[in-house]
Amino acid sequence: MDILVCVKQVPDTSEIRIDPVTNTLIRSGVPSIVNPFDANALEAAVQLKEAHGGSVTVISMGPEQAKNALKECLSLGADRAVLISDRLFGGSDTLATSYILANAIKRLGKFDLILCGKQAIDGDTGQVGPEIAEHLGIAQLTFVAKLDVKGDVITVQREHDEGYEIVEAKLPVVVTVVKSINKPRYPSIKSKLAANKAVIDVLKASDLPEINTEKIGLKGSPTKVKKTFTPPRKESGIRICEDTGSGCALKLFEKLVAAKLV
Amino acid sequence: MNIADYKNVWVFIENANGEAKNVGLELLNQGRILAEANNEKIIGVVIGNDVNAAVKSTIAYGADEVILVEGEEYKDYNTDGYANVMVTLVEKFKPSVILIGASNNGRDLGPRISARLATGLTADCTGLGINEETGDITWTRPAFGGNLMATILCSTTRPQIGTVRPGVFKKAQPDTTRRAPIIKEEIRTSAEIIRTRVVGFIKAMDEAAVKLEEAEIIVSGGRGMGKPENFALLNEFADLLGGAVGASRAAVDAGWMPPLQQVGQTGKTVGPKIYFACGISGAIQHLAGMSSSDVIVAINKDPEAPIFDVADYGVVGDLFEVIPVLIEEIRKNKAS
Repeated sequence: MDILVCVKQVPDTSEIRIDPVTNTLIRSGVPSIVNPFDANALEAAVQLKEAHGGSVTVISMGPEQAKNALKECLSLGADRAVLISDRLFGGSDTLATSYILANAIKRLGKFDLILCGKQAIDGDTGQVGPEIAEHLGIAQLTFVAKLDVKGDVITVQREHDEGYEIVEAKLPVVVTVVKSINKPRYPSIKSKLAANKAVIDVLKASDLPEINTEKIGLKGSPTKVKKTFTPPRKESGIRICEDTGSGCALKLFEKLVAAKLV
Repeated sequence: MNIADYKNVWVFIENANGEAKNVGLELLNQGRILAEANNEKIIGVVIGNDVNAAVKSTIAYGADEVILVEGEEYKDYNTDGYANVMVTLVEKFKPSVILIGASNNGRDLGPRISARLATGLTADCTGLGINEETGDITWTRPAFGGNLMATILCSTTRPQIGTVRPGVFKKAQPDTTRRAPIIKEEIRTSAEIIRTRVVGFIKAMDEAAVKLEEAEIIVSGGRGMGKPENFALLNEFADLLGGAVGASRAAVDAGWMPPLQQVGQTGKTVGPKIYFACGISGAIQHLAGMSSSDVIVAINKDPEAPIFDVADYGVVGDLFEVIPVLIEEIRKNKAS
C-alpha cells in the first residue's frame, strides 16, 4: 500500500521561554523539530509498510529549512520526501495550507492512506488533516490511537470521552493520530548518514498547474491574525506552607470551605 | 458572498445518547452575548436520533430557536453525515456565526465543514468577543503550547466558525418553563455518503474517571505520585468530590495511567470548577490543557514547581500526608 505522511517542522515549544522584561516569546535558539504527533504518524506508516509492503512518501510545506525535518523522516523509514515551498504559499492559514497540500498530493500520485498528526504543537489547530480530506473528497478518521488495515478496509480505535470508538472505512482515507498510537523509532547511524545525503524534491506553485492562486497565501486565507500577545500572568495565589502535611491539609480545607469550594 | 445576508449565532449542540453535552450549553450562554451585540438570535442546532432531552436542554439553557435534524444515520456522530447536515442548513439559513465545542468530535466536524464552505475556522478558542466597528467575532486562542495568545478575525467570508474549549464559559441557570420554536428540517444522508461506520466501542475501565471534559472537579496526579497504586488515593478523593481523575504526561508516559486520562497538549483540554494538581510540576504542555480551570489547587513538595505560578491555592507539602487528612476533613464536613 502507498502511504503519504504530512509533517510540519515546528519550534520545540517546550524550549520556548518568555522574556520576563518584555513579556514576549524568546524564539532565538529554540530548536526546530519534526512535530511530535507527525513523528507518530510516520512511525505508523513505516509499520504498515513493513507489514504490507508498499511505499511511504513524506511531504512538508515550509521554507528551505524544512528539508532538515524531511531528511529526518527519511532516516526513520520514509522512501521519498518532497518539500512544498514557494513564496506564494507564505501567509497561508489552515484552509489555504490544506488546499495547497491537497493539490500537491494529487500531483504526487494515488495514495491508499494519508496520515497526519492530530495537531501541530505550534499552531495546535488540528485542522489541516480533515481539511485535506475534504479537498481530496475522501473520508477522515481523527484522533486515532490504533489502526489496522485488511485488504482495502481500515479499522481504527478513535479516542472518545468514555473510551475508544471502533470505526471502519474503505481506503483511501485521511487518518490523524494521537501520541499513544506508537513509540517512534530512532534512526540508525547508517540511515542518518544516507538521509543527510538524500536529495529532497521541491514542488513550487508552478509545479501545481491546477492550483487557483486566489486560494493560496494571505489572499486565500479567510482567517487573519489580528494580534498576538503573551497571556497575562495570573496573580499569585495563596501559599500554604505549614510544618506538617496535616497542618497544610487543615489550612487548605479551611480556605476551601471559606471560598465555598467544598 | 454577500456578508449582510448572514445573520444569527448558531451553537452546535453535541449530544451523547440523546443528552446535550455541557460545552454546547455553555456556548449558548456566551453566544447570546455575541448575538445580542448584533441584534441577532442565538440558535441551537441539534442533530441525532431520539434527542428530545438535548432539545429540551437547549431551550432551557437559553436558545431563541432550535433547529432539529433527526435520522437513524445520526445516532452516532459521523463526519460525513453531520457535515452534510450542517452544510445543508448553512446554505439554507445563512448563519453569521457557528460555535462548536472543541471536543474530539467538534474538532473533527469544524474543519470538514469550514473547508466545504470555504470559510474561516478558529480552533480551540478561549475568548470570544465582538469587534465594535464591524460586528465581526474576535476569536482568541492559545498557540505555542499556551505560550502565546492570538486574536483571529474572519472578516470576508461567512459563516465565521470556531471551536471553543469546554469549561471556558459558564452555563446559564436552566429555566425549564422557557418555550422556543423548534424548526424541524428533513435532511437525510444516504449510506453511500457516510463512508465511515462505527462498529464497536471499548469502554474505558473506569468510566466515571474518564469523563474529564464534562467533569466539574478534576483530581490529577503527576510524577510525584511515585507509582500506579498510589492513584487509588486520588480515586478515593475524586469519588468523594464527585469528580474525575486526570494525569500529567509524566504519569501517562510512565504507564501509571491510561492515555485517555491525560490532561495537556498531548491529551485533553479541561476547564473544571476546581482542578487539583497533585505531584504535578506544571510543564507548559500541562498548563495548556488546564489553565482555564476556575480554581486551581496545587499540592507539591517542590516550592519552586511552576504549577504554583498558576495555582490559586498552592500547598507546599507531601501529597501523601496532605490528601488523606483533607479527605477526612471533607468527610466530616459532609456528615455534619
